[in-house]
Amino acid sequence: MQAEQVRQVVLDIIADVSMEDDLSNIKDEVALRDQLDLDSMDFLDIVMELKKRHKVEVPQEDYPRLASLSSCVEYLTPKMMQ
Amino acid sequence: MSERFDALIIGAGMSGMAASIRLAMYGQKVVVLERHLIPGGLNSYYQRGKRSFDVGLHALTNFVEKGQKGPLTKLMKQLRIPYEAFDLIPQKRSLIHFPSQKLGFTNEFEYFRSEVHQAFPNDTENFDRLIEKIRSFNETALTNEYLSAKLVVKQFIRDELLVEMIFAPLLIYGSAWENDMDFSQFVIMFKALYFEGFSRPRGGVRTIIDLLMKKMEEVGVDLRFKTGVAAIITGEGRVRGVETDKGDILECAKIYSSAGFGETLKMMTDEPSTQPRVGALSFTESLFCLDKKVRSTGFEDTIVFYNDSDKYHYQASAELYDPRSAVICVPNNYSQDDAQEEMVRVTYIANFAKWNELPRPQYKIEKEKMGQAAWNLVNQVVPNLNANILFQDLFTPTTVKKYTGHEGGAVYGSPDKTRSGQTGIEGLYIIGTDQGFLGIVGAMLSGISIANLYGLVGGDA
Ligand SMILES: Cc1cc2nc3c(=O)[nH]c(=O)nc-3n(C[C@H](O)[C@H](O)[C@H](O)COP(=O)(O)OP(=O)(O)OC[C@H]3O[C@@H](n4cnc5c(N)ncnc54)[C@H](O)[C@@H]3O)c2cc1C
Repeated sequence: MQAEQVRQVVLDIIADVSMEDDLSNIKDEVALRDQLDLDSMDFLDIVMELKKRHKVEVPQEDYPRLASLSSCVEYLTPKMMQ
Repeated sequence: MSERFDALIIGAGMSGMAASIRLAMYGQKVVVLERHLIPGGLNSYYQRGKRSFDVGLHALTNFVEKGQKGPLTKLMKQLRIPYEAFDLIPQKRSLIHFPSQKLGFTNEFEYFRSEVHQAFPNDTENFDRLIEKIRSFNETALTNEYLSAKLVVKQFIRDELLVEMIFAPLLIYGSAWENDMDFSQFVIMFKALYFEGFSRPRGGVRTIIDLLMKKMEEVGVDLRFKTGVAAIITGEGRVRGVETDKGDILECAKIYSSAGFGETLKMMTDEPSTQPRVGALSFTESLFCLDKKVRSTGFEDTIVFYNDSDKYHYQASAELYDPRSAVICVPNNYSQDDAQEEMVRVTYIANFAKWNELPRPQYKIEKEKMGQAAWNLVNQVVPNLNANILFQDLFTPTTVKKYTGHEGGAVYGSPDKTRSGQTGIEGLYIIGTDQGFLGIVGAMLSGISIANLYGLVGGDA
């Protein structure tokens, strides 16, 4: 998967988890927490959805790497190459 | 060969249903075993003739508007149920009704704050400092120590009457302790009632139950009614499975039980390491269907927390019921009302043992007497009502026991909670009432939190 597709995958998941329809204004570099109403329960769901939909495992110590959209893409793209 | 599951949930009350959805959503093979014929537990519904009644819904706490943060929207997100589906009607106002003082509260905290400031001018700054403390406290941390809320609050508030009035609704809506509550629980309830407030789904508790049932079906939860758990099979300090009332064996990796802390431990085949106390607080409830809207007399309140003196007694009732205080709820007196008939419900604190030992004919007579007292109280609190009773129904602590399995008909379970959900047995967790998040919203959040922690993150540490 290319970076652009990974970005879309993450956006789709965030939309489902946060139950927001409009994520068009989201800024890639800004922490997701600061832009959306996401708490630790929601981050758990992002991780669970990645596993369920794309078989990607994110160990607990790597959760900080999902902080912003761009850090998600950077972290997940190599994992989703295989 | 016996069946095998990843997760087995005891009870299809609010907590069990919510937990089952979380686990099945992420691919676990989940079975829910419920002793009764219908879901909901303490918050169920029933039919009498053409009328339909909610067992335990006065109000849904934690009201917020769509898009606002709070426990209610958090649980909706976790269960992937859209806000609109709950179809919430906000309250107009509720009232703390003591003889020498009255305090109203609405879904806008400022209203309550100004009521307190007006009625207790010597405590205005103290009250505001208490609010600061409450605002900044992380009440849902599963690691919080247990602490007396009365002790904390009295460090801020001088006037005993104000302390009693603040506590009255919070105790009766969410304390398993007598005359006090754990400080974390106090903060949960304070935010739930005074910061956020009340609403009611248009269709009553049925709306919530139907939404949960639909979700359970969608995510593939195996739900079995008329299937009580008789024993929890343990061995070498961990869970193996259960034996049902009918003698069937089901194997499982993890059990999430909403049957109560003590009740769950007693079902274990191994000797439990602790024995939580049986809760002392149970209720009676009197329901009156009326031919006249309470609102037509100018009475606008949804819930009245009535007390007959300056001291509020939230403790085991010495008699069948304690007439000194009551909750009077007009479940249709919300900002919209589609109901044809009016309904009023009156809750008294009651004594389980005393009701339980009454012989049948006496039980009926005492129930009638209690209903009469409740009706008199309604007419005292709502002057000039002049309504006729079209139908009435009454239930007692023995009914609570029947619906929940809680020993002593303890509505809020044991005073000994297990906030972490742990039981000392690997793979056996407590959800709902005895985990400690109380009420409808609390029970659902409890099921979600414990399922997340032990089922999805997988941490016993
Ligand atoms: C009169 C009254 C009014 C109330 N009003 C409100 C209100 O207005 N707002 C609010 O938020 N809360 C209210 N509550 C409180 C609320 O109903 C409870 O806090 C909440 O429903 C608890 O949910 P739970 O899942 O923890 O447990 P429960 O509802 O007790 O569910 C436990 C389930 O487990 C089942 N079970 C038990 N043992 C077994 C077994 N061995 N095998 C199989 N199944 C078993 C039971 O049958 C039950 O269905 C009220 C309660 C009462 C009594």
